[in-house]
Amino acid sequence: MRIRSKIAICCARIAYHCIRLFSLGDGAALPGSLARRIDPELLQYLAGQACRKIIVVMGTNGKTTVNSMIYQALSKEGKRVISNRTGANMENGIVTAFALGVRRKPADYACMEVDENAAQTILPKLEPDVILLTNLFRDQLDRYGEVDTVWERIRNAVSQVPEAVLAVNCDDALLAALLPGCPNHVVAYGIEEAFMDPIARPRVQEGTFCRFCGEKLRYSLIHYGQLGIYCCPGCGWKRPEADYRASRIHIGEEISTLKLAGRVLRPRLSAPYQAYNILAAYTALEAAGAPTESFGETVDCFDYDNHRECRFIINGASVQLYLAKNPVGFQQKLSLLCRDKRQKDIMILINDSAQDGRDVSWLWDVEFGYLADAGAEVIVTAGTRRYDMGLRLKYENIRCQVAEDVEEAVWRLTEQGTKNLYILVNYSGLQPMNRLLERWQEEQEYLHAQEEQEYFRAQEEQEYFRAQEEEDDL
Amino acid sequence: MKLNIGYFYPELLNLYGDRGNIQCLKMRLQWRGLQARVLPLTVGSQIGFAGLDLILMGGGSDRDQELASRYLGAVKQEFRRFVEDGGVVLAVCGGYQLLGDYYRTKDKKLGGLGILDIYTEWEPGRLVCNTVLDSPLASAPVVGFENHSGRTFIGAYEPLGRVLTGLGNTGASDLEGVRYRNVVGTYLHGPLLPKNPQICDFLLERALERRYGDQGILAPLPDEMERLASREIVQRRLGRRTGQRMQKNFIQGIVDSAEKG
Repeated sequence: MRIRSKIAICCARIAYHCIRLFSLGDGAALPGSLARRIDPELLQYLAGQACRKIIVVMGTNGKTTVNSMIYQALSKEGKRVISNRTGANMENGIVTAFALGVRRKPADYACMEVDENAAQTILPKLEPDVILLTNLFRDQLDRYGEVDTVWERIRNAVSQVPEAVLAVNCDDALLAALLPGCPNHVVAYGIEEAFMDPIARPRVQEGTFCRFCGEKLRYSLIHYGQLGIYCCPGCGWKRPEADYRASRIHIGEEISTLKLAGRVLRPRLSAPYQAYNILAAYTALEAAGAPTESFGETVDCFDYDNHRECRFIINGASVQLYLAKNPVGFQQKLSLLCRDKRQKDIMILINDSAQDGRDVSWLWDVEFGYLADAGAEVIVTAGTRRYDMGLRLKYENIRCQVAEDVEEAVWRLTEQGTKNLYILVNYSGLQPMNRLLERWQEEQEYLHAQEEQEYFRAQEEQEYFRAQEEEDDL
Repeated sequence: MKLNIGYFYPELLNLYGDRGNIQCLKMRLQWRGLQARVLPLTVGSQIGFAGLDLILMGGGSDRDQELASRYLGAVKQEFRRFVEDGGVVLAVCGGYQLLGDYYRTKDKKLGGLGILDIYTEWEPGRLVCNTVLDSPLASAPVVGFENHSGRTFIGAYEPLGRVLTGLGNTGASDLEGVRYRNVVGTYLHGPLLPKNPQICDFLLERALERRYGDQGILAPLPDEMERLASREIVQRRLGRRTGQRMQKNFIQGIVDSAEKG
């Protein structure tokens, strides 16, 4: 191994362990940044040395979930896998993952999610075997630019690695438009039956005009956004034939079922769009020539929420936390919330930090009108853009309260509300909210356990005294 | 009374929550007991300018804008007559650029509607930030978010406002947007109207005046949430004190207009 790379890897590992030891953060990016300072060519080197095959996951929504599913599927097959499962998808995060995962013997696979906007610099260094493209929606326009810009970037990035197999969601008209003239070998996946409910469809759609002749595309089926079955009446361009399909999708309360490559899977899906994630992961594995015998098992016991969107019990109230960071994602979460027919309270927390995107115009692309009939008793808005969110609801004639103090508001809602609370947050609000709810739940569990202990001890004591009394009586 | 609001090419020009402007126009009419009809003019639909009172054009990517400009070319003359007749137009971002003679992007030149004698040139470096304006159309500061790489040169036209903080039309002058007759062009989204209800009411009043000869001023609405949303940005960008002073002017403005009404 190159001395320089060795030193860089060592430093990255030391940095990582220091960060974790002193709880300074999750150490997902900084070690990589340090290592790159020491050896700027570390990524090329590691990508060539540390593993046999590389799968890259890109797309607006679902990257982290799909990447994690691929990781688990490969691990279950007994493969050693290096992955950036935490979601640190810029070069630093990927270098960190490699630096921590590299051993004397190369790993079987590396599966990496890569930010679409950094792909142009990262892909040529990685030279992946498979590139999975999940979908392309508008997301934080002030940060990433327009969808067309992102599309161009993906095209440039992919054209630099013509050897890689492209695994593409061909239901996405934007992604499918990358394929004509593209030198890469393509494996397509798609869904050809209706499986989404109408609330999940935002009205604003991307790329519904043919990229080749400018004519409006004709859809015979729309899942959500621009995903569906389409053709161009102008030049005859149409959705490519899918190599892999999911069919007979049924979303149940607990267990859902879907058929994929001749097998019936029974995952615990929390949302219909997760069917796409399963299909995507499977296609990527097939494209990489990886074994898929135990894929069904992986899928059936996979945690679809990535520990990100957990349910908590606080003050006896069920609290469901959802991440909703762009219009399409938000619409999906609203549709989930509307599936629950019980009365509920809702908190919507919108921040505008650099991570979230400074611009909150996208709130007006979400169909909040559905909340009028969602059985919501109280709706509270919070976050740095709480008034913008309040304004958005006002223009749907939906009443809401604006919370200055988030903690106080969440506590009050769990204490006095319907005992069925939904909290929707955008990116930067997720971790703090998760930690807060986790802490409260733990505290309450602890107190509860103590009370229980106390109760049992009291009972035992009573019993003891009674026995004594009985003895005395005798 | 009823106004017809034409939303031009919602499937192309919808980039930055532009539907919010439509929603704002509609609700502020309805809350006052007036009627609003929104006509989404999709590609290929016949546009009857005579029936329209307000036209909204939103923003789109360069590609979508090129498509829109192609479709709009067919109605150029009627559009111009509508404007000269005092028709109300709000054009945001890409829509604003389309009002002019041309928009020279990085690699091509897109023809505009030529309704205003203004033009736009692409330059590297996007102009992205929260922006606050001082506009004659509103006593309160006008807030919005701009995100554009085109620089629009408005010549001798009146701007929508002077930039108090932000980048504006070109990033080099202190002018933002354009006004001509009852046309307002601007880079501000956010969307513009919900956070700046005075501009919304200005547009509605002009449209009512044109259709019904009604010189009256619309009844004031309780705009507390609007005020708070706008104050958040003003205070953040200009500091607390300026923010408070401006808000005071704003409230005074509402009181004045209520008295006038």
